[in-house]
Amino acid sequence: MRTGHDLELVHVTKRYGDAVAVNDVSHLFRGGSYVCLLGPSGCGKSSTLRMIAGHEGVSAGSIVLHGAEVTHLPPARRGTAMMFQSYALFPHLSVRDNVAFSLRMKGVDKPARHRRAGELLELVDMARHADRLPSQLSGGQQQRVALARALVTDPQVLLLDEPLSALDPFLRVRMRAELKRLQRELGIGFIHVTHGQDEALALADEIVLMNDARIEQAGPAREIFNAPRTEFVARFMGGHNVIALPQGRFALRADDVRLAPEGAEAVVRAVEYQGGHVALTARMAGEQELLALIPEAAFFADPKHPGDAVRLAWDEGRLHRLHA
Amino acid sequence: MPPETLSLAGSAGTPPLARPAAPRRASWRGSRHLTGWLLAAPLALVLALFLVAPIAMIAVVSFWTATEFSIVPAFSLENYQFLLGSGVTWRVLLNTVKYAAITWAITLTLGFTVAYFLAFHVRSQAWQTALFLLCTIPFWTSNIIRMISWIPFLGREGIANSALLSWGVIDQPLDWLLFSDFSVILAFVHLYTLFMVVPIFNTMMRIDRRLLEAASDAGASGLQTLRHVVLPLTRPGIMIGTIFVLTLVMGDFITVRFMSGSQSANVGRLIQNDIGLLQYPSASATSVLLLIVTLMVIGVLLRLVDIRKEL
Repeated sequence: MRTGHDLELVHVTKRYGDAVAVNDVSHLFRGGSYVCLLGPSGCGKSSTLRMIAGHEGVSAGSIVLHGAEVTHLPPARRGTAMMFQSYALFPHLSVRDNVAFSLRMKGVDKPARHRRAGELLELVDMARHADRLPSQLSGGQQQRVALARALVTDPQVLLLDEPLSALDPFLRVRMRAELKRLQRELGIGFIHVTHGQDEALALADEIVLMNDARIEQAGPAREIFNAPRTEFVARFMGGHNVIALPQGRFALRADDVRLAPEGAEAVVRAVEYQGGHVALTARMAGEQELLALIPEAAFFADPKHPGDAVRLAWDEGRLHRLHA
Repeated sequence: MPPETLSLAGSAGTPPLARPAAPRRASWRGSRHLTGWLLAAPLALVLALFLVAPIAMIAVVSFWTATEFSIVPAFSLENYQFLLGSGVTWRVLLNTVKYAAITWAITLTLGFTVAYFLAFHVRSQAWQTALFLLCTIPFWTSNIIRMISWIPFLGREGIANSALLSWGVIDQPLDWLLFSDFSVILAFVHLYTLFMVVPIFNTMMRIDRRLLEAASDAGASGLQTLRHVVLPLTRPGIMIGTIFVLTLVMGDFITVRFMSGSQSANVGRLIQNDIGLLQYPSASATSVLLLIVTLMVIGVLLRLVDIRKEL
């Protein structure tokens, strides 16, 4: 199901001297979808994004956007725009001039570029701050300006480098809802780099999970969460137990584990109240730790404490076999 | 005052709990002000004794008069009338400003280029430090020695002329290489370019590299990035370097004397001459004039760029 706006990486490799940051990565980013590049720090996700943006050279392979090879084009001629981590707003320019910067570089005259900047500031609800300097704005406001500045070039793909990491948790949740809304309204592709799996799950149509310079698994958010291919994916996405059985290794969702009269014997190690759930960590025979997310009401009907002996049960059908 | 010190430390370190009650807070405030004054006092004293007092003295003496054999401490505008009425003063002042302006333009161009290279082209920090130290090597010898070493190089029989002669570029030694405006400005540039490099390099190092990427993301060419991003953000450094170079050149007398072979003059030379003739009141008046002109130039510069805001 290819469309004209797809972005494709073809055997892309990035080396820094002897170190390989991105190792032979191929992937098709569908046009108009919200994709999260997810992974621990140093996994190559940022390098991948920066290669797509053109801020980093490609050691081998090619990048194709909109049916055209863009591997060696300068950033501004690719049809991508980047929103930087910490925003990189020009501190000496007003909000309006920041947004209008790329138009100014193109030689658009002042009234026209200010009009266009005004429209974009309207879009991100920052029009009333147009005359301020970036240093006079809060983090969330700076982010909106950075977003407007990136969108002013009418990109086909917007690249976001950890856009929410500089915000406090409350604002982060609000801004991610707004990012999603914007993406839906504009209908362009967003590629969003993050190391937070909750952020990726909340936003992404497709998650590309990277590890050790390669793509570990890619797919819709639910598929990644419910059908992790490898132990790394299961552990990184969280909410999973990885258990070793004679038949192999399996992922088991923590909320599928329950306290039961019959089942595997275990000793409670820790109990953590989390609001809707209680996270109970228990050690089974063979030094295997198991996390159980138990609905709050069920737990407090018969509370357990560290040191208590319990029995844990789950449906065999909920075991998901891991390939690595 | 040990008790105050104690309460100061206590209330600075611990949150409201340990804060003294209202009446005590007033005394705490008082002692804090006192501490501030005491901390500022040594520097204030040094500046008052060695900067403000001498300048005041010069200002006072500039209104005195002198004869061949005595200095008369009486209020008179004679020095200023003579100074401002003489065409020589204005010519020399103009010459001083000319030296300052040309030296400024050249050191700025050189300094900006060198700083730009160091800050944006040299990637590794080790190389950056090494090259930066290399820039300071000339400062391992004194100003005078660095200046005088130009003389055998530039003279009629000097290395420059003999090299050019032997290459066949010229067939007569160039006279304007030494004891000319050229050699004066050359020496100034040699002496003071580093004063431009250092502050500009410093401000450039503080520019977030992502801003340059953001500029290229927005389609800015290298020149456009320089013009619209690097230059405006480097302005405070340029301004500080400018103040260094202008004040140094405006106040100089020794470089002009050596490098022009006493053939051109600036205000510093006027003052030096007067002092040599023991005409202290006249020298003082000239100094005051120079001070006023320099302060005016700096005042205009500070109007153009608000350094305090940008530091």
